[in-house]
Amino acid sequence: MIELRDIHKSFNDHEVLRGVNLNVRKGESLVVIGGSGSGKSVLLKHIIGLLKPDSGTVIVDSSDLSGLDEDGLNDIRKKFGMLFQSAALFDSMTVWENVGFGLKRHTHMTDMEIKETAIEKLRMVGLVGIEDEMPSSLSGGMRKRVGLARAIAMKPEILLYDEPTTGLDPIMADAINDLIIKMREELDVTSVTITHDMKSAYKIADTIAMLYNGVIIATGSSEEMQNSADPFVKQFVEGRAEGPIKVEGINR
Amino acid sequence: MLIKFIEFIGAVIEKPLLGLGRIMVLLGAALKGTVRPPFEIRNIINQMLQIGVNSLPVVLVTAVFTGMVLALQSYTGFKRFGAEGLVGSVVALSMTRELGPVLTALIVTGRAGAAMAAELGTMRVTEQIDALETLATNPVKYLVVPRFLSGMIMLPALTAVTDIIGILGGYFVTVTLLGSSSKTYLRATWDYLELQDLYSGLIKACFFGMAFALISCYKGFYTKGGAEGVGRATTGAVVYSSMTILISDYFLSVWLFK
Ligand SMILES: Nc1ncnc2c1ncn2[C@@H]1O[C@H](COP(=O)(O)OP(=O)(O)O)[C@@H](O)[C@H]1O
Ligand SMILES: [Mg+2]
Repeated sequence: MIELRDIHKSFNDHEVLRGVNLNVRKGESLVVIGGSGSGKSVLLKHIIGLLKPDSGTVIVDSSDLSGLDEDGLNDIRKKFGMLFQSAALFDSMTVWENVGFGLKRHTHMTDMEIKETAIEKLRMVGLVGIEDEMPSSLSGGMRKRVGLARAIAMKPEILLYDEPTTGLDPIMADAINDLIIKMREELDVTSVTITHDMKSAYKIADTIAMLYNGVIIATGSSEEMQNSADPFVKQFVEGRAEGPIKVEGINR
Repeated sequence: MLIKFIEFIGAVIEKPLLGLGRIMVLLGAALKGTVRPPFEIRNIINQMLQIGVNSLPVVLVTAVFTGMVLALQSYTGFKRFGAEGLVGSVVALSMTRELGPVLTALIVTGRAGAAMAAELGTMRVTEQIDALETLATNPVKYLVVPRFLSGMIMLPALTAVTDIIGILGGYFVTVTLLGSSSKTYLRATWDYLELQDLYSGLIKACFFGMAFALISCYKGFYTKGGAEGVGRATTGAVVYSSMTILISDYFLSVWLFK
């Protein structure tokens, strides 16, 4: 369904991705783990064409993104729903206008119908009675859920989650994990989730891939990753500061 | 030595040239979005209202006091050689040709330009612009084109208001406060004011409107580095827009009044 082939990406002189290869099968839930600043968000943005690789190919549903014009890319994007790390709600619009944004622009539904659909999607993520609020009045967990409602409003085939649980309290984080699982069961989507929260990764992943130093250094199921002999993977999934992965600014 | 020097010059002009290139690309995209459907009518009307409503009070105050001080100063000066009958012409010509478009543009830049840069900058650093793209919406069309168009339309409109209010302010000082004859003031206004003075001022305003909106959107659209970056973008938008307005005013004057 999604295939990344030898993706390279630099910003100025900083090489963030150095040849990433990744495959996501239809219906699979892939979780990409990696340290802060390792390029996870950059990787995710390549999948939906927000960033263009310096070299390499991104293939979604057997179309090469680099060969598409704007309309073609937009058609592909309609298959996606993306939840941003900061939720990225439009703060000039109400909650229901946020959720219904795609419907407003890409369907002929009336405002009444859009609002009804938005309310229904909000209920799916466990939010009731906030459709007329402005995003600025919501808590972090609620914003994420509104972002999720917006991402699923157009019935996407693929969902991308950028650190869905970061910055949330443990209970809210687990509620979001449950939502991700629920979305998958009810909507039958393929998903790519980015996180450094291992608990979340084990819970939602079919496959876990680890991004380190600009490449995918390991791929496997939750158990395989947990029992990995690779010292880099071991250090990360066990969450230890000492090991081959150097923590910047700390010498020992 | 020579190569070092050339490298140095290159390093100095690289950044501004790069910026100029990207701003031209944005201009091209904005123009393309202007003529190609879908048209974001709602956003355009919204932006026009916002520029108008935000700026009108300040524009009115500036216009009336500029007209007043202009009348007062030229009255005092002209009286020395008995030409106080010409105050009306001085006010009308200065307002329509120069002060109307330039002052209005500078004020609108401070209000609307800063708002554009801050708004788009915030949208950029909070990933709202990325979110627009993931929702299959072209952010240049959705955000930049409406602002660009409303700058281009609203600045001439506000300038026309400034011109009229400025002339009325001049009238108030000359006739009501200084006791000149109303007929002389109006005659001096009419007799020396030509259509060309009016429309060349409005052409300037149209250009200034495009310039400040484009620069402000550019600064906002390419904001980097969080809240601090938004602050930088906003200041940058006002500074570069104002400079562009003042510098291009000279060249537009040369071209329009040759
Ligand atoms: N648009 C950009 N311009 C310049 N540098 C960027 C940009 N996006 C990301 N980077 C850099 O790429 C690196 C990886 O960023 P990111 O993918 O956001 O990390 P994370 O794994 O925490 O999500 C960081 O060093 C960041 O500064
Ligand atoms: Mg990130």
